[in-house]
Amino acid sequence: MEIFAQQLVNGLVLGSIYALVALGYTMVYGILGLINFAHGDITMIGALVSLTAVQLLAAAGVPAPVVLVLAGGAAMVVCVALGVSIERVAYRPLRHAPRLAPLITAIGISILLQYSAALIWGKQYIAMPEIVEPTRIVIAGAQLTSLQATIFLLACAIMAGLLWFLKASRMGRAMRATEQNPAVAGLMGVNTNKVIAFTFVLGSAIGAIAGLMVVLYYGLGHYFMGFMLGLKAFTAAVLGGIGNVAGAVLGGLLLGVIESLASGYIGDLTGGVLGSNYRDIFAFLVLVLVLVLKPSGLMGQHSGDRA
Amino acid sequence: MLKVRQLEVAYGGIKAVKGIDLDVAAGELVALIGANGAGKTSTLKALSGLLKPVAGSIAYDDADVTGKPAYELVRRGLAMVPEGRGVFPRLTVAENLAMGAYTQTDATAIRRDFDRAYTLFPRLAERRAQMAGTLSGGEQQMLAMARALMCRPRLLLLDEPSMGLAPIMVHKIFETVRAVAAEGVTMLLVEQNAKLALETCDRGYVMESGTIVLSDNAKTLMTNPQVRHAYLGE
Repeated sequence: MEIFAQQLVNGLVLGSIYALVALGYTMVYGILGLINFAHGDITMIGALVSLTAVQLLAAAGVPAPVVLVLAGGAAMVVCVALGVSIERVAYRPLRHAPRLAPLITAIGISILLQYSAALIWGKQYIAMPEIVEPTRIVIAGAQLTSLQATIFLLACAIMAGLLWFLKASRMGRAMRATEQNPAVAGLMGVNTNKVIAFTFVLGSAIGAIAGLMVVLYYGLGHYFMGFMLGLKAFTAAVLGGIGNVAGAVLGGLLLGVIESLASGYIGDLTGGVLGSNYRDIFAFLVLVLVLVLKPSGLMGQHSGDRA
Repeated sequence: MLKVRQLEVAYGGIKAVKGIDLDVAAGELVALIGANGAGKTSTLKALSGLLKPVAGSIAYDDADVTGKPAYELVRRGLAMVPEGRGVFPRLTVAENLAMGAYTQTDATAIRRDFDRAYTLFPRLAERRAQMAGTLSGGEQQMLAMARALMCRPRLLLLDEPSMGLAPIMVHKIFETVRAVAAEGVTMLLVEQNAKLALETCDRGYVMESGTIVLSDNAKTLMTNPQVRHAYLGE
């Protein structure tokens, strides 16, 4: 029972990060029908930029909360600039091309970002300076660090804010309208190019924050870290129903919990043959199962009403 | 108000509209009739900015607007109700209307426009919180018209408002067309139901395989033997 509670808490924290990254996948898919495989690497760039910012600022003796805010801000600026440029240069010219063309382009951009990061930061793991003293909170037999609690609460606040924004704001409504029928949205006076660019702004900014959270959580950054994170977030988006924003939140949290619980018990279940280092299996097991059993995901719409 | 000269529209290499001239004066109600595939919808799409014409010119309010995107034309008061209604299925009725008012900034005026839309179509008021995709075809057409009026158009392009509707609904829609015209909105109406269109409008154009073959005032067209034979089923 203690393992269960502990792994549940760990899973929710991890899942909230997956959910943030999954939002970027699902929003772009919703509006362009494109799986933006470069999104995981945008998150990686956010992680490495914030890591460098923390290293520099912490060395200069800036107080920790200020360091975090500045690092997050720097990551957001870089990621938003990257995301918007990628859309403008790589995806927009292919807007009316067959679907395979932008997909392959996305994979190309992903590789480009990885090796650009390798050039800038090198191929070794980079350690995050420990700038927050870990204090522990105990809830229902599970230990939770203040860092974990902060990550989870901040992620929830961002997700709630985004859902509210899409539901209630003028821009959010225009995004949903563009997603459902871009030509008619244009007839209403919506500049759909701007709306699409804004979708990349939102996704990249949220991805940047997720990147900062990852390096804070694991204490390490690496040029290839966006690959696995991206695949898992993509899995989370598919699990929730790709294109559905609330689904991405649900899928992310669920995937985090599944992965955490499974890696907590895998040793016992297999008599020690497989250890928790096999945790990555579960995300992809989930992906395969969803695609076989319910390809539209938990909250996905039927494709029929996308007239 | 609208002056079209030698307009050509093509899909790939195939010309759908082959150099037409068309004029609409302020306050007029003009019909564009013709068979399926005559190029009526392509013409409207070019006028509303959804399609870039390959040749020719479009002047609106004495300004050249050839090739301008739809979102800019809406701001100048040129709106269109697209073929097949084009409501946003997973937005509520009220949200669809709010999208119609996207270019409007005055909150009190927008609220007044909402009231006007709900008075014009009480059915929409009953269903304001319902997803538009769940409405019947006739209700969706009402919503599409009400939504287009939310941007306070001066020139409204209507593409096949009667398509697929029950006769009683067609009657209601055309009643609204007349009411909107009476408010001073200029309209260009594309219709397959030629009789209804010519009865409603002041003037008409007849389109056949991408060209305009006849244009006259509506009453004269209705007595034209060619039109009677081809479009009025006599």
